[in-house]
Amino acid sequence: MSTKVCMWTLDHPEPASLKTYVANGGYEALKKVLAEKMPAEQIIEQVKISGLRGRGGAGFPTGLKWSFMPRQFPGDKYIVCNTDEGEPGTFKDRDILRFNPHQLIEGMVIAGYTLGARAGYNYIHGEIFELYESWEQALEEARAAGFLGKNICGSGWDFDLHAHHGYGAYVCGEETALLESLEGKKGQPRFKPPFPASFGLYGKPTTINNTETLASIPWIVRHGGQAFLELGKPNNGGTKIFSISGHVNKPGNYEVGLGTPFAELLEMAGGVRTGHKLKAVIPGGSSAPVLPAEIMMDLTLDFDAIAKAGSMLGSGAVIVMDDSVCMVKALERLSYFYFEESCGQCTPCREGTGWMHRVIKRIEHGEGRPEDLDLLTSVGHGIAGRTICALGDAAVGPVQSFIKHFRKEFEYHIEHKKCMVGN
Amino acid sequence: MLSQESLALIDKEIAKYPPEHKQSAVMGALRIAQAEKGWLATETIEYVADYLGMPPIAAYEVATFYNMYDLKPVGRNKVTLCTNLPCQLQGADKIAEHMKAKLGVDFGETTADGRYTLVEGECMGACGEGPLCLHNNHKMHSHLTPESLDKLLDDLK
Repeated sequence: MSTKVCMWTLDHPEPASLKTYVANGGYEALKKVLAEKMPAEQIIEQVKISGLRGRGGAGFPTGLKWSFMPRQFPGDKYIVCNTDEGEPGTFKDRDILRFNPHQLIEGMVIAGYTLGARAGYNYIHGEIFELYESWEQALEEARAAGFLGKNICGSGWDFDLHAHHGYGAYVCGEETALLESLEGKKGQPRFKPPFPASFGLYGKPTTINNTETLASIPWIVRHGGQAFLELGKPNNGGTKIFSISGHVNKPGNYEVGLGTPFAELLEMAGGVRTGHKLKAVIPGGSSAPVLPAEIMMDLTLDFDAIAKAGSMLGSGAVIVMDDSVCMVKALERLSYFYFEESCGQCTPCREGTGWMHRVIKRIEHGEGRPEDLDLLTSVGHGIAGRTICALGDAAVGPVQSFIKHFRKEFEYHIEHKKCMVGN
Repeated sequence: MLSQESLALIDKEIAKYPPEHKQSAVMGALRIAQAEKGWLATETIEYVADYLGMPPIAAYEVATFYNMYDLKPVGRNKVTLCTNLPCQLQGADKIAEHMKAKLGVDFGETTADGRYTLVEGECMGACGEGPLCLHNNHKMHSHLTPESLDKLLDDLK
């Protein structure tokens, strides 16, 4: 059976319990780090060797990000975990909280030790409030067992973690919006630079990592960076949890090595809905450009291969669409999402997302005009690259890629005032 | 204004943050206040702001920015259905139609008896289990079918 870095607890009767975690080597990495007083440089070096890249969407090398923290300077520093998982199609971090909460805690404590943090916060998507509560219980268990709080594992080192919840704002998954929200403000992204490593939470140096990224750290410390790298492929180390949704027989999370062929993952998910053919796939969450079936079926799932094909691995959220889907209708729903979730700070995004949605909506409803596809392209150019955060670009990616790969469907809608798919 | 129980819960939130950054607890505090009062009236928001030592306008900004806070009264049971693409592909449109027809109200409306409010939601990060809804912000119900939805709605008094 293939190695699972995060989802291995599912092979046990009580996956989320501290007992299961500890009985299978949990918190051993933390004990080793503290007992040996492992130098931070050594841990960062192993994370660099591992090829671990951020699992939240951007795929930035984690070891490099950690090396940006000014560890040697005095003063408060923070580690923040981003579990504000609201990118349509993505539901992996929820399962880490649900089935392996202690591995995330251990990863965050090791990160706190490595980066010289005084405390850490886990920002949890408001809609999964039940897991905010259960993760707080896991924190209590970890404190009672001496893995968190004062004098961790008898080392004399103090470090604590807390849960913070969102309450319905997609943009807070953007790391600086998340920091604003954590400070008790509306979640509007900050200008960068300065980057969080120099000016983060409360203006202090802060490292923000995704849940799956941090939950991978204990495995890397225990088994070494090289072993993690070998679970995937060069420059794409480790396993990755893929969240498959849409028209497959068994939607769900599947953890496989990076570089696994898409066709293999599709088979694990039970294949395309019975009686239908694969039409298109959004391979990395709703912000990733859509790819037609014929391109997708030849791809391996890793950052580099998907980027080369013109899309992105993103958060590993694979949205599968079969031949019953009207691409105009699908895009109408996605474009509404970005319009609804734009924080309103930057004019191109605030006005442009609504504009794009209105145009796509009229095409879908048989009121499209011949010039509308050019108009959408032009509005997209007016948004992309002209906003503080990536939400603007994220809103444009689907529009451009849907039109690029399925232009005929859009033209048919405009010309015939109806759908060629016929649902 | 708020019960001793709610204030004790808010105090637990405040304790998570450095003493000079009590404002960080505002999201939790507003959630706790809303759970007690059912919705956030302006005076409730002002009370929370005062309790945390922050300007009322700053708390109001937060309450209006995040869409799970309710700034006007809602039914005893707020049911938020995700209709985003993955849920839509898995049948959320049919669930939405069924729900509206059964209750005779549209998204954003409350039944005349004050029992239900329907809300169209955005991604809740559990797409593999869609179609799904949230009951009163905190309890998720997944793998919805017209039958399971009927049972859920009938059970919500």
